[in-house]
Amino acid sequence: MTDLLDVKDLWVRFPTRNGVFDAVRGVSFKLGRERLGIVGESGSGKSMTGRAILRLIRAPGQVEAAHIRLDGEDLLQKSEAEMRKVRGERISMVMQDPKFSLNPVMTVGEQLIEAYQLHARGGKAEARRRAIEMLEAVSIRDPERVMRAYPHEMSGGMGQRIMIAMMLIPDPELLIADEPTSALDVSVQAQVLQILDKLVQDRGMGLIFISHDLNLVAQFCDRVLIMYAGRVVETCDADKLHEASHPYTRGLLNSLPRFDAPQERLEVLQRDPTWAAAPSVGPSA
Amino acid sequence: MSALSFEGLNVWFGEGRDRVDAVKGATFQVAPGETFGLVGESGSGKSTIMRALTGLAPHWSGHMSVNGRPVGRRRDKEFYKTVQMVFQDPYASLHPRQSVDQVLSETLYLHGFTDIEPRIEKLLDDVGLGPSFRFRYPHQLSGGQRQRVAIARALAPEPSILLLDEPTSALDVSVQAEILNLLTDLRAEHDLTFLMVSHDLAVVGHMCERIAVMQFGEIVEILGVDEMRAMQTTQPYTRSLLKASLGYIRD
Repeated sequence: MTDLLDVKDLWVRFPTRNGVFDAVRGVSFKLGRERLGIVGESGSGKSMTGRAILRLIRAPGQVEAAHIRLDGEDLLQKSEAEMRKVRGERISMVMQDPKFSLNPVMTVGEQLIEAYQLHARGGKAEARRRAIEMLEAVSIRDPERVMRAYPHEMSGGMGQRIMIAMMLIPDPELLIADEPTSALDVSVQAQVLQILDKLVQDRGMGLIFISHDLNLVAQFCDRVLIMYAGRVVETCDADKLHEASHPYTRGLLNSLPRFDAPQERLEVLQRDPTWAAAPSVGPSA
Repeated sequence: MSALSFEGLNVWFGEGRDRVDAVKGATFQVAPGETFGLVGESGSGKSTIMRALTGLAPHWSGHMSVNGRPVGRRRDKEFYKTVQMVFQDPYASLHPRQSVDQVLSETLYLHGFTDIEPRIEKLLDDVGLGPSFRFRYPHQLSGGQRQRVAIARALAPEPSILLLDEPTSALDVSVQAEILNLLTDLRAEHDLTFLMVSHDLAVVGHMCERIAVMQFGEIVEILGVDEMRAMQTTQPYTRSLLKASLGYIRD
């Protein structure tokens, strides 16, 4: 199997007054056409990893890696202009909160049509047709009305579905979803996940699913990377996450209140400095 | 006598055609020492009930009482000494330019305490922060530490009822466990009554004895925690909420 994405020895660095801060430290992984989950606490570098793949880290932040290959092409060798062709068209990203990622003064329709016209040469009528098609693909019931609406008229779940629709218009090979359901209610979360799931299966898309929710990742993804302090401490099959061996993963799992098994007190994670010092776990090549 | 009692509480925002009825006819009682949970989706009115009680949502009708004393339009000092609230986002609920010491001493001063020094030390100790945290500013604290400061501030007037509005939803799971344990300990130490809002049913199940499920501003059902765990519910909405909270099930 050829890998869709191959990341080797990725570092993200931020120079600060007190020396260089390494947000991501030597992360390597490979991704096929599958659902890869990245979990960790805030500050563990999971979002930075997602952004670094798209080279979305702004100066003074620096991205370094041996290579970030998409279908064998190294993204790090590309010029900024070439990178713009990759973003959206080949790799798309869905951010956490739809409220901040949609333009508040454009209607949903205008934004979707713009997204299409940026990537494909096509008339306005064609763009409109595609936009409505995509809204239907993310199970929005009344796409004509939604096209005319402004983002503030949408609920959070609708907004996130619109974001996904927009990301899908150029038909990317890889979708990076950064906490796509964290801002949503549980019932809406299920709908959004179903849509993502269907897209991965129907289109053969690769998906990187960044989340802090271990249970969700265990249920939704095929494979999981667990990050701590900028490193991958463990990688395992998602359905075996509950048998994970690293003390950090175990600690996180045990600190969750269980719906089915009540306990008096919750276990508190005891951190060990050696976790942060140990090198990243590489890809199981 | 119940610690908190709500009867036919209606809360609304706006007027005329813009009027939104956020809470419709909510009726429930919370016994002293109990932890009562309110769950539901966003917009179901669960936080609004708390905000109406504390006076943050001014338009309400119906009847609310605290320890048997009815709550009127104006709340006296006694009310705020009894009822305190911890907010969802510790990044937003602490003044960025006030140190922990300022936050706590102002609260204590406003509640008429004179022995402020020893009380600050005691409060910080109660919430598991050492004296070294006393002169720090919020940006020098982590999310969990900030939430501890917010809890210390709420405990300052020695309340008997604590309102918890999603106290851990902005925190990581490992920190969430610390805060939930802290709340459990404080409840035992200070004989507190909790009214807790959360969208996370596992958290509510861990903390609460009884749970009210809300939808569209109405209380759909009130059920005990064991019934909830066993999914013994008569309401389809509760069942669908419980099912959704169990995670993603691929069909």
